Amino acid sequence: MLAGRSFAAPARQCLRRANAPSRWTPALVQSRGYAAEVAKFKGQKGNDGKYTVTLIEGDGIGPEIAQSVKDIYSAANVPIKWEPVDVTPRLKDGKTVIPDEAIESVTRNLVALKGPLATPVGKGHVSLNLTLRRTFNLFANVRPCRSIVGYKTPYDDVDTVLIRENTEGEYSGIEHVVVDGVVQSIKLITREASERVLRYAFQHARDIGRKKVRAVHKATIMKMSDGLFLSTARDVARDFPDIEFDAELLDNTCLKMVTDPLPYNDKVLVMPNLYGDILSDMCAGLIGGLGLTPSGNIGDECSIFEAVHGSAPDIQGKQLANPTALLLSSMMMLRHMGLGDHANNIEQAIFKTIAEGKTITGDLGGKAKTYEYADAVIKALK
Amino acid sequence: MLSRSSQKTAQTLLRGARPASRCIAGPSMATRSMATVNHDIFKPTKFGGKYTVTLIPGDGIGAEVSESVKQIFKADNVPIEWEQVNVTGVETGNKHSEELFREAIASLKRNKLGLKGILHTPIERSGHQSFNVALRQELDIYASIVLIKNIPGYETRHKDIDLCIIRENTEGEYSGLEHQSVDGVVESLKIITRAKSERIAKFAFAFALANNRKKVTCIHKANIMKLADGLFRNTCKKVSEDYPTVEYNDMIVDNASMQCVSRPQQFDVMVMPNLYGGILSNIGAGLVGGPGIVPGCNMGRNVAVFEPGCRHVGLDIKGKDQANPSALILSAAMLLRHLGLDDHANRISQSVYRVIEEGTRTRDMGGNSTTQEFTRSILNAMEKA
Repeated sequence: MLAGRSFAAPARQCLRRANAPSRWTPALVQSRGYAAEVAKFKGQKGNDGKYTVTLIEGDGIGPEIAQSVKDIYSAANVPIKWEPVDVTPRLKDGKTVIPDEAIESVTRNLVALKGPLATPVGKGHVSLNLTLRRTFNLFANVRPCRSIVGYKTPYDDVDTVLIRENTEGEYSGIEHVVVDGVVQSIKLITREASERVLRYAFQHARDIGRKKVRAVHKATIMKMSDGLFLSTARDVARDFPDIEFDAELLDNTCLKMVTDPLPYNDKVLVMPNLYGDILSDMCAGLIGGLGLTPSGNIGDECSIFEAVHGSAPDIQGKQLANPTALLLSSMMMLRHMGLGDHANNIEQAIFKTIAEGKTITGDLGGKAKTYEYADAVIKALK
Repeated sequence: MLSRSSQKTAQTLLRGARPASRCIAGPSMATRSMATVNHDIFKPTKFGGKYTVTLIPGDGIGAEVSESVKQIFKADNVPIEWEQVNVTGVETGNKHSEELFREAIASLKRNKLGLKGILHTPIERSGHQSFNVALRQELDIYASIVLIKNIPGYETRHKDIDLCIIRENTEGEYSGLEHQSVDGVVESLKIITRAKSERIAKFAFAFALANNRKKVTCIHKANIMKLADGLFRNTCKKVSEDYPTVEYNDMIVDNASMQCVSRPQQFDVMVMPNLYGGILSNIGAGLVGGPGIVPGCNMGRNVAVFEPGCRHVGLDIKGKDQANPSALILSAAMLLRHLGLDDHANRISQSVYRVIEEGTRTRDMGGNSTTQEFTRSILNAMEKA
């Protein structure tokens, strides 16, 4: 309402802003420790010259598509050794938790590849995905969406990259019933978490050779929370003078992406949790759904790359599943680990196989079995 | 054509919501009912054979497109007298902006009917809160209706889209309640209440019934916001039991956005909290050709304000004579139907569609007509009609 237009202490804000030089003080940056590079992969090769990667095969079609990944990797001589773990929740002190072995494995290897997990629908059950995200503090969710030649959708040549803050925002989980029938749900935005994901976004833009970063927000309405995200973005942008930064209102992003996604092909989008959730799935819709979109969850120490589609128990064991999403997620993983050459090789083989359209799975309109598709990819390797 | 019944909003729709058809289910329903029912229907008064309607042109392209509406209404001898209030959200250094806002509210309360462009909202924290939101909250125009439908003759990537977004307009993420706990930590409150969820759900079902629509889809994120969106979803579900002839389902908002861009034909009426409505109406507008052609309105118990469905200010093309006035003209046609002036409404909206079909288009639709040329074409088409 208009009457409530006095925001929390605008005067104080002004003073503070006047005092401090345009940015936060260096001491603060040091204490936070994001000065160098966020979420750099610190894993080492083992004695056999291979990295060990934790493999969470997942439920339903998970084991089949994971097998394809393993086959293709060994054919392509990727220096990776898999360490399969089971993450079926166990009861511990009356709570369902992930087995310690799984956590130890990821903590040791610093990187994991994960198939689809079936979240049992039930009361009070925290989703495994959420648990993994919290356990390893996976603060950024990276969701690239690229049109796949050979699979026609109403949109061509889509190539978006979206980074979503993954730990707070609307998904803080802080909710309460004030009185019966009145619920408050708290969206939490902190400068620390915002800065972390923003830094990662700029860094990622550099890594993948994009010159522009765009923050998506709704600061017209949520002036303080999204305002904080936006002002943090402006501050972080100063540390990346080679990257062009701008901001866009959520409404405009939705509208423009659906009308014509091509102008987003040279940008990395970064945004708070809920907007990222919605927009990343919308982008997936542009290119034909979750079956073709990879995803990476980036944390300070560990990172987990995953297929975001469901576990499809109805086609489990029938060799009908399409492993592309998991494969493409593993490409992101290879690039994160500095094995970009292998990633490029496998990726071109995947795209070639799908573009040819001879050995593709049923969801893409073909008849091939999961393993036949994997074999075709192997043949297409360079 | 778009002119079919789905645009017959207010009166028809409320008429369709017959309380008799509703059994009282559960104590929560019996206790109250903030939902608008039959006897609540308001009828603006006619003076000297004319209705008085508040006109708020708005910022950006507002002045140009409302000029189009005025010309068209004049040419068609529509019995409407405008009461124009030039509120602006752009910082002009003019201290009167809040006074003007008050004046607009008073005018709308008096006339019960308004046609409105979009007001600019600054991003800066020191700037004022959104006048658009404040106006909706002040007048309690709680239901936003946005009609997303392909316009004949204007090809987009998707065909046969005909959906309607009903959005809660007064609470949710737009509560405006925010605070900074310590430096760098901000909390923003999203408020969901049973009463307001119930009345928007009832509105959506009543709308579906009155307009011969088959299905209502509740959009939520109850898997994450279990309490807030959970309340919204459960309330919708409960209300749906009173409307057995309307199919009901619910969908998580991220999935809904994905479905919208891949298979939008599956949706009919969608009902949702505030923020998701903003997102989906923009996605929807993108599907059928942009904000320039999507009409909408905001309904309350006492006041109805008609405004373009996907609320874009268009500051960037202000004064360039490029704007597409269709959204505001079609919203104005909805207003005419609200008043029962269906003849005028049909003539005007059908002329708009004919002009677009015949290829006179503004820049946003890939044409090169100016706003004025486009308006003139509509006027010509109306003469022939």
